[in-house]
Amino acid sequence: MRPTRHVFTLALAAGLAGFASQASAQQTIKIGELNSYKAQPAFLDPYKKGMDLALEEVNAKGGVLGKKLELISRDDGANPGEAVRVAEELVTREGVVMIAGTFLSHIGLAVTNFAGQKKVFFLAAEPLTDKITWQNGNKYTYRLRATTYMQTAMLMPAATAAKKKRWALVYPNFEYGQSAAENFKTLMKKAQPDVEFVTEQAPPLGKIDAGAVAQAIDDAKPDAIFNVLFGGDLAKFVREGNTRGVFKNRTVVSLLSGEPEYLDPLKDEAPVGWTVTGYPWDKIKTPAHQAFVAAYQKKFNDYPRLGSVVGYVTIKSIAAGIAKAKSTDTEKLVEAFKDLKVDSPFGPFIYRASDHQATMGAYVGKIALENGKGTMADFKYVDGASMLPSDAEVRKLRPTETN
Amino acid sequence: MTFSAFFFQALNGLSTASGLFFIAVGLSLIFGVSRIINIAHGSLYMLGTYIAYSFATYIGGALGFWGGIVATALIVGVIGALIEIVLLRRVYRAPELFQLLATFALVLVINDATLWIWGPEDLLGPRAPGLRGSIEVLGRQLPSYDLFLIVIGPLVLLVLHFSLARTRFGRLVRAATQDREMVSALGVNQAVLFTSVFALGAALAGFGGALQVAREPANLATDLVAIGDAFVVVVVGGMGSITGAYLAAVIIAEVKAVCIGIGVVDFGFMTVNFSKLTLVAEFLVMAVVLIVRPYGLLGRPQAFVRSIAEPEDPIRAAMPALKALGAVVLVVLLCLPLLAQTSPYLLILGIDVLIAVIFATSLHFIMGPGGMHSFGHAAYFGLGAYGAALLVKWLAVPMGIALLAAPLVAFGGALLFGWFAVRLSGVYLAMLTLAFAQIVWALVFQWEALTGGSNGVIGVWPPPPFDKAWVYYLLTLVLAVVGVLLLRRFLFAPFGYAMRAGRDSVLRAEAIGIDVKRVHWLGFAIAGCVCGIAGGLFAFAKGSISPETIHVSRSIDGLVMVLLGGIQTLTGPIVGASVFATLQDTVMRQTEYWRALLGLIILLLVLAFPQGIVGAFSSLWRKSGVKS
Repeated sequence: MRPTRHVFTLALAAGLAGFASQASAQQTIKIGELNSYKAQPAFLDPYKKGMDLALEEVNAKGGVLGKKLELISRDDGANPGEAVRVAEELVTREGVVMIAGTFLSHIGLAVTNFAGQKKVFFLAAEPLTDKITWQNGNKYTYRLRATTYMQTAMLMPAATAAKKKRWALVYPNFEYGQSAAENFKTLMKKAQPDVEFVTEQAPPLGKIDAGAVAQAIDDAKPDAIFNVLFGGDLAKFVREGNTRGVFKNRTVVSLLSGEPEYLDPLKDEAPVGWTVTGYPWDKIKTPAHQAFVAAYQKKFNDYPRLGSVVGYVTIKSIAAGIAKAKSTDTEKLVEAFKDLKVDSPFGPFIYRASDHQATMGAYVGKIALENGKGTMADFKYVDGASMLPSDAEVRKLRPTETN
Repeated sequence: MTFSAFFFQALNGLSTASGLFFIAVGLSLIFGVSRIINIAHGSLYMLGTYIAYSFATYIGGALGFWGGIVATALIVGVIGALIEIVLLRRVYRAPELFQLLATFALVLVINDATLWIWGPEDLLGPRAPGLRGSIEVLGRQLPSYDLFLIVIGPLVLLVLHFSLARTRFGRLVRAATQDREMVSALGVNQAVLFTSVFALGAALAGFGGALQVAREPANLATDLVAIGDAFVVVVVGGMGSITGAYLAAVIIAEVKAVCIGIGVVDFGFMTVNFSKLTLVAEFLVMAVVLIVRPYGLLGRPQAFVRSIAEPEDPIRAAMPALKALGAVVLVVLLCLPLLAQTSPYLLILGIDVLIAVIFATSLHFIMGPGGMHSFGHAAYFGLGAYGAALLVKWLAVPMGIALLAAPLVAFGGALLFGWFAVRLSGVYLAMLTLAFAQIVWALVFQWEALTGGSNGVIGVWPPPPFDKAWVYYLLTLVLAVVGVLLLRRFLFAPFGYAMRAGRDSVLRAEAIGIDVKRVHWLGFAIAGCVCGIAGGLFAFAKGSISPETIHVSRSIDGLVMVLLGGIQTLTGPIVGASVFATLQDTVMRQTEYWRALLGLIILLLVLAFPQGIVGAFSSLWRKSGVKS
């Protein structure tokens, strides 16, 4: 015989031994968390730090229900199939009481569906697609971050005030970009019926051919541009656009571009005058935020990015939810998150009972240059609650059995 | 689109083409001489951008930028030489393609090393000193740096062309590309030649990456994007042809630029956004070129390579002891639900491992005994998964019918693509299968109305009683055993012998009356069919599927599993899939730097088992003189 099967058997035996040794001492409350750490490190590295800070604060005050919170983080491989496996691993092997996290919209949706099927509480931290709380929403899923719809709506006052007729759209070709573009077109047609969309560029995520895209937009001669690109795509597009004079005398409104994750790499080439949603971390002077920044800088010797706030508030929400539920039982958590009030660095917000969406808002302002670095000027905080459709409207959007 | 706009987009295309050319030409040279498919080539390119960024920002000025680009090329060249000397030289004697496994591990390690050194944030370099602005062409602004790129590409092409044509080194490279055994028989030091070619290729990649520092930020995802583009360019141009590489780079860059330039067009009955076509444009070009010109635009038929690996043993039927052991393993697997009562995750991992086993075994069926190295096996996995999921979504068919349909859909796809693929051989076949897989991927990604686009199909859960993990596990086990045994049965039937005969010698096989193409075509379709079972099972196991199911990384995972286990044995893919899937599950639990860890483990396995895990053990067994 060949001895090769031994290897397999041995591996299997070793695997079995590994599983058997999982102790089940419940001294802590285990929270499972999964995210695309390797695929989106620029956002998720600060996000992880934000979670760590919040954990430290919660546990320093004795934890929740007399137990400390324990966070078990996993990489989801930036792949929905892998994410579902990791979620199952967290629930079945690690015995977590709930799961949180995800970044990319389609992964968030896959985990949302998993949570609904397996009746696991899921707090979607970052994915922006409206479908998580509306069309594909379910009883067990809540979401923290302001959605694509909310952030687009926040930019509408600036977009309509510009009174431009010819608009060009540029967005990454996947769920988030497509739904942002759809939302923008719908809202714009409603506000300004004579609007004309002269071109739509949808480059593949992470693979923009920036020179050609910038040129094609310029050739369409728009009066204004709506941008949804972020990360490396945005940096390439801005540099090419600046060199080619694409943004000259044109109004640009842009999603997320004011977030330090995406603005800071642009350095002195930050596109001045764009109206954006973002996070001017060094200019927000509310006491809650200043305390957060001080604690963050003390612990990490680095400034917070928006990811830090999202990570921080995710953990704070979980702690508040468990405290209100007085239990880690899934059904009780689902109830407790209804109208749950959470204090964040951006101020207090709630998780709406109607569509499970948090009302935490975002900052809207114009990009400016200060000391050779991009920042936001004339900004204001827009409360998420003011952007969301009414309870009756969202009830129509959600599957009936979830209401 | 006006004529001037069109012409201007063509200029944009030319500057992009230069970037593509630099990365592709090194890959082509390395493949020509050493026959290594260097997946880590994109990582070298990425390193180039990062190193040049450091020079440009820390030293700064014209010296830091322009001097930095030259220095970067040299540094990356040295890194390339080290990789060749320390790692690849040890695995040249391994079976064909095995070196791919080593370079795959390097991709993982280099990526995490880059993250560790430079951090997670995108790093946008300064503009090029002296070429900051733009010049006016046709009333539009063309960045002067783009103009520089348009010139430098052909310039490097000329230099390379003449040094290959006129110098002694160039003659040796060309000779080794045609017949490396003869070159070494004539007394040329092969080790030095291989190292210097690898270093040259790496330096070109580093140079290309460094040139991008003024155009785009250094980003951790560049490695995979670059290697994908490079493969396409090399294959379209013809392996080993540097002029072909430039020509191909120009064609692909132009097609993309024009697609972007056309933008949205309203045909009356439907509106097409041509900018979305950039997803797939290069693979469409590749498929068309390979179907019309099987060896690329300027390539020549691949010279026969006398393998320096040890000759492959014919496969034999399992001995009674192995059969008995197989039965024992099967019994253990059947009892797994009992063992799993305390740790239910075991079943979920078990389902994943079994699906991987079906996937890898079906790939091995055509790779090993068939000699057809498919780089796009994920296509049939994806066709199976989507076939099943879409039937559930649109027609609400029961799970049984969906699982039955999965292999049929995959079979259909494999029949179609296989017909074209078996007309080619070697690396061209590999690349055509990759192109088909990418086309399927793009179709699924783009056809939102049917497939749900990037979100995929959500909510495909198995009905009771299969919603319980242990029931679904047993179903998967049954199908896996059936699939594996079925493939085995094929291999030991006259059909399997005919397929292997066709692999080993097309001429002799044809001489005894075997229609090699048809046999290989059917073999390809059978493998696709069995792979479809895995896809169907996957869809119901995860409850949702997305275009990632068909992504090239899954195809590469399949290759890794087969090579890790040992391509020359039948148990190889089973062991390889089990080890890889379990390893990935274990290693990924370490959130930080799990990629490097996985890469290092694979590197160790590569060095310890140069014939794959099973291959190494069975040759040990033979050498120890024990009759098996």
